[in-house]
Amino acid sequence: MTEPTPTAKLATQGILARARWHPLEFVFWIVAFGSIWFAPNKHLILTEIAWLALFALSLDLILGYAGILSLGHAAFFGVGSYAAALLAKHGIVTEPVLALFCAGLVAAVLGFATSFLMLRGADLTRLMVSLGVALVLRELANQFGWLTGGADGLQGVTMEPILGLFRFDMFGHNGYVYCLVVLFVLFLAARRLMASPFGLSLLAIKGNPLRARAIGIGVDMRLVAIYTIGGFYAGVAGGLLAQTTAFSSLDVFSFDRSADLLLVLIIGGTGYLYGGIIGAVIFKIMQDYLALWSPQYWPFWIGLVLVVMVLVGRDRMTRWSEPLRALVNRLDWRRTPS
Amino acid sequence: MLTILFDGIAYGMLLFVLACGLSVTLGLMNLVNLAHGAFAMAGGYVLVLLVNDLGVPFWASIVCAFFVSALIGLVMEKALYVHIYRKSHLDQVLFTIGLVFMSVAAADYAMGSSQVFARIPDALQGQIHVFGIGMGRYRLMIIAICGGLALALQYVLVYTRFGSRLRAAVDDQRVARGLGINVGSIFALTFAFGSGLAGLGGALGTEILGLDPTFPLKYMIYFLIVVTVGGTSSITGPFLASLLLGIADVAGKYYVPKLGAFVIYTIMIVVLIWRPQGLFARAANK
Repeated sequence: MTEPTPTAKLATQGILARARWHPLEFVFWIVAFGSIWFAPNKHLILTEIAWLALFALSLDLILGYAGILSLGHAAFFGVGSYAAALLAKHGIVTEPVLALFCAGLVAAVLGFATSFLMLRGADLTRLMVSLGVALVLRELANQFGWLTGGADGLQGVTMEPILGLFRFDMFGHNGYVYCLVVLFVLFLAARRLMASPFGLSLLAIKGNPLRARAIGIGVDMRLVAIYTIGGFYAGVAGGLLAQTTAFSSLDVFSFDRSADLLLVLIIGGTGYLYGGIIGAVIFKIMQDYLALWSPQYWPFWIGLVLVVMVLVGRDRMTRWSEPLRALVNRLDWRRTPS
Repeated sequence: MLTILFDGIAYGMLLFVLACGLSVTLGLMNLVNLAHGAFAMAGGYVLVLLVNDLGVPFWASIVCAFFVSALIGLVMEKALYVHIYRKSHLDQVLFTIGLVFMSVAAADYAMGSSQVFARIPDALQGQIHVFGIGMGRYRLMIIAICGGLALALQYVLVYTRFGSRLRAAVDDQRVARGLGINVGSIFALTFAFGSGLAGLGGALGTEILGLDPTFPLKYMIYFLIVVTVGGTSSITGPFLASLLLGIADVAGKYYVPKLGAFVIYTIMIVVLIWRPQGLFARAANK
């Protein structure tokens, strides 16, 4: 074995530093799991937050890391949702965890197939193609009414207990724990993946595709891979929705869902994995209050938030947390003095 | 058969008037404006308000719809859009989606959520038969107006000083600036005019497309198809694309109603994969 060069050592250190857990992350997940006990009457909305967070996480993978602008991410969500509901309804795969995995796989296959469409063209073309795919799927789900229930939605789905042990209760306690665990496991996987050289090469592609290609990164392969993985995550999120509500409808493919998702991710910030989760929490709470306050016109306020965020500047919006982060960095006992 | 063709052409012409403003904004400022349909909706509601509630004659109301939408476009451009030209596409998408949501909710609040129609003068109702083809008078009027507009636009773009400046700015903004062309003001004018045309299209289209608060969302995809398929470098591209789209949509709904909008979306995806720059565009030189 030859001794690695100083540059190589530095690079290895840099990669390892990215993979290291920040103290705030521990706090974050302790609070998240703590909510199982200290907020038992809020579990229904927390369940929604959990699958929305996973959905936003999947968009973060392709938008925040790979820089693919998609307005049709609901396609994968919808496919996963219908897959999970159909598997349960027809008793093909009755165990929810396994069915969830299958739903994710179906969406991943779709992600793989459509990723080749996303390789061509600039932002607008990608936008249109992704939107078109979602619309085509919505039409398909609408037309194949014998399979999907058409406009009425897929009803009569009964869910078996999770792992054969935990029943989906009407207060959503088990459902919430289930969603949270799935979110946590998939988050860990995504975190590991994005801290790897693969994740770093994606960031390079996002920064400058031409330059990335020039230093020997296989751009197309990586975009296909991350789009497929993003499809899997979104499919699992859709599956969670179908399993916790025992229902699936055309609404899962709607444009509003893709647009809302962008907002969720933007509120939390892109490109650091927690953005989607934080955004989901803020978005759901905001939506809840707005819907109470003006039931019919809450989209107006959502739109206003978007417009103001862009005008103020997204980077400035997330700067509020900087003093906090600096404080925690100072308290971090493992920090190497630089 | 010929009636379907006729309806398709009328529909396509309407789409062209609605979308041509969008194609200019996209080509000139590289601005992804998803909120274009909101201006069209504004025009439609102006027509409905004037004709139904205030009793203004139909033709005068159509002209008003144009000017009101153009004014809204001008104000919005000066107040809001100027800030986002230099931002990323993601920001532009977010911003304009936000505008769409706001306009949908605002229209819902102001006008109610149900579909509305404008009263049409008797002269435009019914059909006339030419060589055995039944043609709706209203659609005939749309073809006449929109066809005239398309010719006028082509003339302005090709033969006037303003048109050559506009084309220069679209081709290469930096060089155009260097030659002393005031790209900002050209753009403001074009944006206002494009919004006005959208308003005009929205007003004419209340009868055919229907008008309710979700209009900007429902037809956003159609405008974008026209622009992406037609390309942004000329006016003939979007024109042909909208005719194609109009005929395909009407024919698709008539012959294979089960497939619905499926045909359109599939065609769009195929075209975009085949020619990402648009069906009728030259290769990009930027």
